[in-house]
Amino acid sequence: MRYEAPESFETAVALLAGAKGDARVLAGGTDLLVQMRADILDPELIVDIKKIPETRAVTEERGGWRIGAAVTGAELKESARLKKAWPGVVEAANLIGSTQVQGRATLGGNLCNGSPAADSVPALIAAGAVASVVGPKGRREIPVEDVMLGPRKLSLQKGELIASFFLPPRPKGSGDAYLRFIPRTEMDIAVVGAGVSLTLDGAGKIGAARVSLGAVAEKVLLVPAAAQAMAGSTLDQPAQERLEAAARAACRPIDDKRGTVEFRTQVAGVLARRAALIALERARAN
Amino acid sequence: MAETLTTARDLPQTYVGTRTVRPDGVDKVTGRARFGADFNLPGQLVGRVLRSPHAHARVVSIDTSKAEQLPGVKAVVTRADFADQPSEFIPAGEMMINYKDMVRNIMAREKVLYEGHPVAAVAATSTAVAKRAIKLIEVKYEVLPHVIDVVAAMKPDAPLLHDDLYTVGVEPKPDKPSNVAKRIEISQGDIEAGFAKADLIVEREFNTAAVHQGYIEPHAALASVSEDGSAEVWCTTQGHYIVRAHCARLLGLDIGKVRVTASEIGGGFGGKTVVYLEPLAVALSKKAKRPVKMVMSREEVFKCSGPTSGANVRVKLGATKSGQFVAAFAELKYQAGAFQGSPVQPGVMCAFAPYDIENVKVIGYDVVSNRPKVAAYRAPGAPISEFAVESVVDEIAKKLEIDPVELRLQNAAREGTKAAYGPKFGPIGLVDTLHAVEKTNHYTTPLEPWQGRGVASGFWFNIGGETCASLTVNEDGTVSLMAGTPDIGGLRASLAMVAADELGVPYEKVRPIIGDTGSLGFNFLTGGSRSTFSGSMAVVEAARQIKADLCRRAAKLWEMPVEQVTFENGHVKPVEGASGKGKPMSVADMAKLAGKTGGPIGGYGRINAQGAAPSFGTHLVDLEVDPETGRVTILRYTVAQDAGKAVHPSYVEGQFQGGAAQGIGWALNEEYVYGADGRLQNAGFLDYRMPVASDLPMIDAIIVEVPNPRHPYGVRGIGETPIVPPMAAIANAIEQATGVRFTELPMSPPKILKALRERGVNGRGNGKTHG
Amino acid sequence: MAKHHVTATVNGDEVEFLCETEETLLDVLRDGLNLTGSKEGCSSGDCGACSVTLDGRLVCSCLVLGCEVGGRRIETIEGMARGERLHPLQQKFLEHAALQCGICTPGFLVAAKALLERDPDPDETEVRYWLAGNLCRCTGYDKIIKAVMATAAEMRS
Repeated sequence: MRYEAPESFETAVALLAGAKGDARVLAGGTDLLVQMRADILDPELIVDIKKIPETRAVTEERGGWRIGAAVTGAELKESARLKKAWPGVVEAANLIGSTQVQGRATLGGNLCNGSPAADSVPALIAAGAVASVVGPKGRREIPVEDVMLGPRKLSLQKGELIASFFLPPRPKGSGDAYLRFIPRTEMDIAVVGAGVSLTLDGAGKIGAARVSLGAVAEKVLLVPAAAQAMAGSTLDQPAQERLEAAARAACRPIDDKRGTVEFRTQVAGVLARRAALIALERARAN
Repeated sequence: MAETLTTARDLPQTYVGTRTVRPDGVDKVTGRARFGADFNLPGQLVGRVLRSPHAHARVVSIDTSKAEQLPGVKAVVTRADFADQPSEFIPAGEMMINYKDMVRNIMAREKVLYEGHPVAAVAATSTAVAKRAIKLIEVKYEVLPHVIDVVAAMKPDAPLLHDDLYTVGVEPKPDKPSNVAKRIEISQGDIEAGFAKADLIVEREFNTAAVHQGYIEPHAALASVSEDGSAEVWCTTQGHYIVRAHCARLLGLDIGKVRVTASEIGGGFGGKTVVYLEPLAVALSKKAKRPVKMVMSREEVFKCSGPTSGANVRVKLGATKSGQFVAAFAELKYQAGAFQGSPVQPGVMCAFAPYDIENVKVIGYDVVSNRPKVAAYRAPGAPISEFAVESVVDEIAKKLEIDPVELRLQNAAREGTKAAYGPKFGPIGLVDTLHAVEKTNHYTTPLEPWQGRGVASGFWFNIGGETCASLTVNEDGTVSLMAGTPDIGGLRASLAMVAADELGVPYEKVRPIIGDTGSLGFNFLTGGSRSTFSGSMAVVEAARQIKADLCRRAAKLWEMPVEQVTFENGHVKPVEGASGKGKPMSVADMAKLAGKTGGPIGGYGRINAQGAAPSFGTHLVDLEVDPETGRVTILRYTVAQDAGKAVHPSYVEGQFQGGAAQGIGWALNEEYVYGADGRLQNAGFLDYRMPVASDLPMIDAIIVEVPNPRHPYGVRGIGETPIVPPMAAIANAIEQATGVRFTELPMSPPKILKALRERGVNGRGNGKTHG
Repeated sequence: MAKHHVTATVNGDEVEFLCETEETLLDVLRDGLNLTGSKEGCSSGDCGACSVTLDGRLVCSCLVLGCEVGGRRIETIEGMARGERLHPLQQKFLEHAALQCGICTPGFLVAAKALLERDPDPDETEVRYWLAGNLCRCTGYDKIIKAVMATAAEMRS
């Protein structure tokens, strides 16, 4: 098994594109190493991208934020300004695993592991995050909701990797939140995840909104109907009920050892509502 | 509560009952202590096991030739390397095992009976080579239908695991084999008549899932066999003498030629009272002529080492309207896994033990199924049966509108009560624990909507057993203490305290170690809540010998008859009004004269400890249910349990808290999840959900002391009882919070939410707990 | 495939080792450097028994490759005591009986030390959530939490 730690995207892309056998990108390693140890994966080549500066930087850019694909959850938490702008995204990244895991896990890895239950992905999708992808044909931008196609299936081509994420500028009166359901208080994979981001209009009603659900389908969903259900409201009781119904309607989960179809669908509505209420509270405070 | 730490003090000083710093503590907080996988020998090989991917299959052929030819592979073993064993039952802790089953469990012979069942093992120069070698072993399986569920396994058309297993305990004797290994029954009085007297009868059926002991340290063993057939084994175990006996038997070695050292043990809870890797490591080392080290992965621990039984339990309890229990019936069906030997017997014994009931009948079935063979798990069998009984008791309390603690007090077993399983109780502390709980602030704190409070009691009988301890007085007056049962959580501290008090020497001058099997006579394993109970008795006996010996030596020195010399407050001295004179001498003083007075000073206690007494406990829990998600949050927890005499209160509290935590996991989230293919789906800590620090509140521990009259200090074993009450206490609290009685474990969120919705129980909850 | 040659700092000492690509930092510590204080409980980052700090960041050493740590600073349980003086956390764990079998203890101590270095005054909930990645099966966590909070109080005074 080869290990390479290139210092530029050019080299990284060439290594990945030119690999004969299975080649994997290494950022935090919190999924890759586990899968290797369990003999699920046996890569011929590991490409560690952490020496490439863009993957490790958190910078303000054009009013928004550019977050490197290999920035850890713990590091995200240490940026006070990012936490203030996108508390939901930062919280979501810091729900992954444990304190130890958050010391290594990255947004790039969490997305590219291809699990519909990934904690940071609904928050990123709700935020309208865009993945900046480098590859043999150069760089392209992909909305995060279009990166995962199904369990362990990405829309990335051979030789491509995510360099960073761009979070759009945050208008005043905006708030986001991410909640997940797990049976314990920590350490579980999300049985349901809900990310909500919204902005209030001049009249204090919900204007633009995005709702994303995790672990209720073969990929993380963007649910426009759920956002629509809240639009123009102050999230009063009827709006909450509409939101819950729309969230539930979008679910197409499976029965597995972590949850049943019935349970996930029911709780998806509850979490969408609860996350929206927190996002609303935050928007009002901004 | 006030905690006084003990430091070096002048005599007189007694230690039993104080909170000393444990002597093995520094090594454990610095990483110096060596656990099973921490020991290495030069030239050692890595051992790995090839395990069955099938839940049930005939092993048609095994071809290891390619593996043997791989460079770096030094030995391969299969069923061919283990002689078959005749059927013979032997005790192992509180369970019975059979060598014919054991030789098949450590290495499959005719069949594989569970996913993970070992089929072959290799020893190679590196992990990478060992892994490759495993992949090169070719096994032909004839896959057979499998059965996982205990009720399904009892059906006449169920897939049959053993064609020579005929149910014991039924009349007439069955003429066809089945998966039911035995049927047992205890009874007293006349339950028909009893139920006829009842004003209220509650009958319920319960189902529990298999749960694992969950020790953080995987099984590990390092074996080194010499050309003359002597073997040394280093392993993590609760019973190194048991490991020695099993390895000797299975490999055809003399017991005296096998020397086992118990490493520090990273948790056992009963799961390390049996062998898995040790005989394989010995067999491989015998072939390779090099040391072989084997460590289980976490996945192997879950798949291949015994969890406890899952079960189906029916309980029927009858009471008068004033709350007196008049008749009690239970039928227990316990899974044993691939080979017989579930803890259904203790389950049957313990079911109604906390109560004084005239008419009792309990029936139990031991049923095999295609799962790993179960191993003991803390009070084996009792948590399951008592979960069911304590839930029904609670239901009776609610229906009769009697406070659940009062109802238990009314029916509680006391001194002189005859338990349905046989013995009459001596002094016991159930009533005391019930009163202790009633008096707490916890018991009367008001609850909010969606919160509930539950109480449950529990019992374990505890055991004594063969135990040896040696005390040696060194030339400088320090005392070396050697015990023979692995220290799983503070034993060395407790034994050192007893030795210090017996001999009147400072605690810091007693250095305890756990000896290897070559150093002491046979010791039964650490389990059955016996190590402090029995170990302290052996230490008392060793100390008694020393004291008698010191008196003889002093008598000679002082030229007095020995009857006129006594040992008191750490000193030999003439008795009051003795004919001669002599200055009192401490143990240290006498140590200086050891050579002159006959040689080294020591005592060796070798006993079969009798007089183990039961420990009763009562638990109280407050919890909150989120009605929109079914999530349960434990808000508050109190344990009151009778320790007889708490030698080291901190470690007694620790047992209460640890057992309660395991019970909480068992109640809420832990379970073995099988697919239709008979394979375990959650063989890791991610999806086998044990409580984490943020799941639990502080656990208040109340030590009740009703001394055990048959122990020199009044000690009762206490380690197992704490896991018995939590599941019922939690089920009872959930019932109060939601109005729904759950009879299936675990009471996980999807089940709770489904039940609430089906019953039209709605609400937004308290809004305190999200997600 | 040639092994990687790595130099790093472990507990203040410069070390050199060879490792295969697939060997984790935990493998290197235990088998290569004979530092067996970090324990392997699961190899999947779910139990925390292998906790170390990497450039001051609390991580599971089973989730880091040996070849990733060139030039980095690693601190393990073995480096916690200063000569004969135990770290206050180690001392408090002993006094509060915050360990029974002791297998999880190194992981908890490393994790708790990382917490107190960041936050000298955590409340009980914060301590519990920080330590949620450290599994203990023996103690029910009660005395561990008490020991950490007592240490925090003592270190603040």
